[in-house]
Amino acid sequence: MLELNINGTLHQVDADPSTPLLWVIREQLNLTGTKFGCGIARCGACTVHLDGSPIRSCVTPLQAALEHEITTIEGVNATGTELHPIQQAWIDLQVPQCGYCQSGQIMSAVALLRDHPSPSDEDIDQAMSGNLCRCGTYGRIRQAIKQAAGEALAASPVQTFDPEVNHHG
Amino acid sequence: MAEAVSYKSIGTRPIRPDGVDKVTGRAQFGADQNLPNMLYGRVLRSPHAHAVIKSVDVSAALALEGVYAAISGADFPGPKGGALGGEGGGDVSDVAKNVMARDKALYHGHAVAAVAARSQKIAEDALALIKVEYQVLTPVLDVIAAMNEGSPLLNEKNFTKGLPEKATQPSNVASVMKLARGNVDEGFEQADVIVEGEYTIPMAHQGYIEPHACTATVNEEGKATVWCSTQGHFEFRAMTSKILDMKVSDLKFIATEIGGGFGGKTVVYLEPLAIMLSKASGRPVKMMMTREEVFRATGPTSGTVCRVKVGAKKDGTLTAAKTWMAYEAGAFAGGPIGPGAMSIYAPYRLENFHVEAYDVLVNKPKVAAYRAPGAPQSMHAMECAMDEIARKLNMDPIDLRLKNAATEGTQAPYGPKFPAIGLIECLEAAKVHPNYTSPVPAGAGRGVAVGFWFNVGMQSSAEVRINEDGTVTVMEGSPDIGGSRASMCLMAAETLGVEYQEVKAYVGDTESTGFCNVTGGSRTTFATGMAVVQACEDIIAQCKSRAAATWGVDEDQVEWEDGQAIPAPGTNADVKPLSLADIAGNAAKTGGPLLGRASLNAQGPGASFAVNLTDLAVDRETGKVDVLSFTAIQDAGTAIHPAYVEGQLQGGAAQGLGWALNEEYIYDANGVMQNAGFLDYRVPVASDLPMIDTQIIEVPNPSHPYGVRGVGETPIVAPLAAAANAIRDAIGVRVYDLPLSPPRILKALEG
Repeated sequence: MLELNINGTLHQVDADPSTPLLWVIREQLNLTGTKFGCGIARCGACTVHLDGSPIRSCVTPLQAALEHEITTIEGVNATGTELHPIQQAWIDLQVPQCGYCQSGQIMSAVALLRDHPSPSDEDIDQAMSGNLCRCGTYGRIRQAIKQAAGEALAASPVQTFDPEVNHHG
Repeated sequence: MAEAVSYKSIGTRPIRPDGVDKVTGRAQFGADQNLPNMLYGRVLRSPHAHAVIKSVDVSAALALEGVYAAISGADFPGPKGGALGGEGGGDVSDVAKNVMARDKALYHGHAVAAVAARSQKIAEDALALIKVEYQVLTPVLDVIAAMNEGSPLLNEKNFTKGLPEKATQPSNVASVMKLARGNVDEGFEQADVIVEGEYTIPMAHQGYIEPHACTATVNEEGKATVWCSTQGHFEFRAMTSKILDMKVSDLKFIATEIGGGFGGKTVVYLEPLAIMLSKASGRPVKMMMTREEVFRATGPTSGTVCRVKVGAKKDGTLTAAKTWMAYEAGAFAGGPIGPGAMSIYAPYRLENFHVEAYDVLVNKPKVAAYRAPGAPQSMHAMECAMDEIARKLNMDPIDLRLKNAATEGTQAPYGPKFPAIGLIECLEAAKVHPNYTSPVPAGAGRGVAVGFWFNVGMQSSAEVRINEDGTVTVMEGSPDIGGSRASMCLMAAETLGVEYQEVKAYVGDTESTGFCNVTGGSRTTFATGMAVVQACEDIIAQCKSRAAATWGVDEDQVEWEDGQAIPAPGTNADVKPLSLADIAGNAAKTGGPLLGRASLNAQGPGASFAVNLTDLAVDRETGKVDVLSFTAIQDAGTAIHPAYVEGQLQGGAAQGLGWALNEEYIYDANGVMQNAGFLDYRVPVASDLPMIDTQIIEVPNPSHPYGVRGVGETPIVAPLAAAANAIRDAIGVRVYDLPLSPPRILKALEG
């Protein structure tokens, strides 16, 4: 039996130490909010925190998570009764479409704001470009991160076209 | 254009009912069911693109400790034929053979056997113990070569359908379709300019982030329950019933939340296997595809070759168009040639046209629907040709399209006359949009293209239940991909005259609600929405009857206004209005619970047109393309929930740009896909895209009570040509082949 600290709770786990952390979390501990998308750390759907930093649980062996604090989407709103500001911003700006990638997106965004309380567009692109969304919610995610960071934004999730704003890159 | 109607709920942007569950990890998707004693199923897949299966022996796998069941093609009943409904395309017997190969493996990754074991690891180990004897055949990989006489054949029993005379020799051409009007030769003689080009587009995948997954459990009476990620659990039930020769009533399908589908989850892959493995083991079985399996073995959309020739007069009037196109079907018939051929000229008034389209078998996965299936490929060719005509005539590309634009009364190339449509309104909005009127940034090019999709109606059912406190429960059967539960609530609130917050919508399983076709063809808000509206009208009629009984007046002396029954003007009754809550609270005394229902086969879906504008910058050193801006303008009829309409426009643009710029299936000579993962099959990431700007045009659809047109598919059609035309503008050279990847652009720049 191995001991795993997830969301502040110690779990006894019967698994090969080389098992990807994702499968232990999902299939043994039934914390299914963390998703499988690619298995090679290229989509970000499986993002969890290891001691507060985002990692891809699909390529992280269970062994590497022992004696560390793991946080999953289920543990992001630590009080359990109120949403994390990132989660609230996601709801306010209608970010999720199908919603499958959003657990991973939120885990990446929470870590970003911890390290960069007022992230620039470049900070956001850098932190979030490992999280794929096929519904194309990237623009809304960028706005939701800024809202959660405390920036005042227009009420509409869609901007009026402004070449200065829309022309990026 | 119909008069603007003022609505209370429709057109507002309430928070989606599934929002909290989708940001907290609570939402249950296809792989999220964990049942006691559950096994894990895995599929053994063909390592050859084309081979005869001489034998399959699963005995060693079954003997492995922890393995509870193993199956192969021999365990399946003989396939039953019959056309698939919806957007699935093709035939049930083909789907059965696609789910599990019988005598032949037809693509690299084709399922040949499956096991169920105590753990994922044991199941994986067991696959290695299955012995399959193959006789390897030459793979057929090129769509043009596949059409040649003398090409190796995928199916010796395939005779081309749609020829004027019955085919006598087998061929890889599954079918041919022709559409024509007028006289194209005369049309080209009248032309002052003619452009021609051969445009190719590679196979591309829907790329939903959630791989296919399901859990099945079969009880001792043979009754199966399946949780799965699907765009249509009723159609999954129908296909599974035929593939496994089971009664429909012995199958219960529960649609979980769906992590993206885009057309690709309209057809079964794992569900029949999970049921067979559960039946054989007596335990629940969960099956989850890997990403590699998703790429290799689930339906991408067709790679295509389109040869298009278009003529126009000096003033821009189109005189003729002629197109030859070949679509890859993959291993079984069913490439989307019908919609491809019917959409190509749809935006334009065109007296002389001809299009012929070929559905061609190749040793690649069987294609599935992908957002406006068939249209992005054919319309890319046409919209690039329109751009070339505008250049030859030195005419504004939007003016050229306005000159020829279809409008109400124009006979569509596929037959009927268009009712009210919004193409001209979209073009006029584009013409004055800042993304068109602002100067093109230095080093960039600007592209314009038109998109179109027919939209479909089909069958839907809905129930509306008024709870005892007057709150409203809507139950329907269309899996919610893009926020349709919120749209159903808005339409129900509008019809009943109550607040949005009073209404909750649910997607019922196959036993708790009536039949609905797939969430596909951009039909859900239109058709299921129409059923919800009718079910609400049923409730209103019942409420009026209850009020009449309460008041002791005739039913025609009761009216329904703002969510309450009121006496009709002139009615001699001293009564207070009765709200929905009043009537529901008193229902026991007036006839029992209030239950409204409707089922229909919706007609008149109403085509949706779009215009896309984009500025792309090309790095002449590396060939890399940067998307500087993208604007999607589209007719939504009436936007029930504008934020979700915008979401569809943004999502379609993101996918279309990915396909235009990077995405493609790359095969080696043996028919093995070389980029079956997100490392080398590169879908757009956050830093690739600007905020996609949107503008919703509203030309109400006369066939829907609130004017709805489907909006989900049109958004992916125009981005391909918009991007290609922007790059043509930026580098001065036409690149005919997608994707417009750096090596291809560098080659074009080198001339």
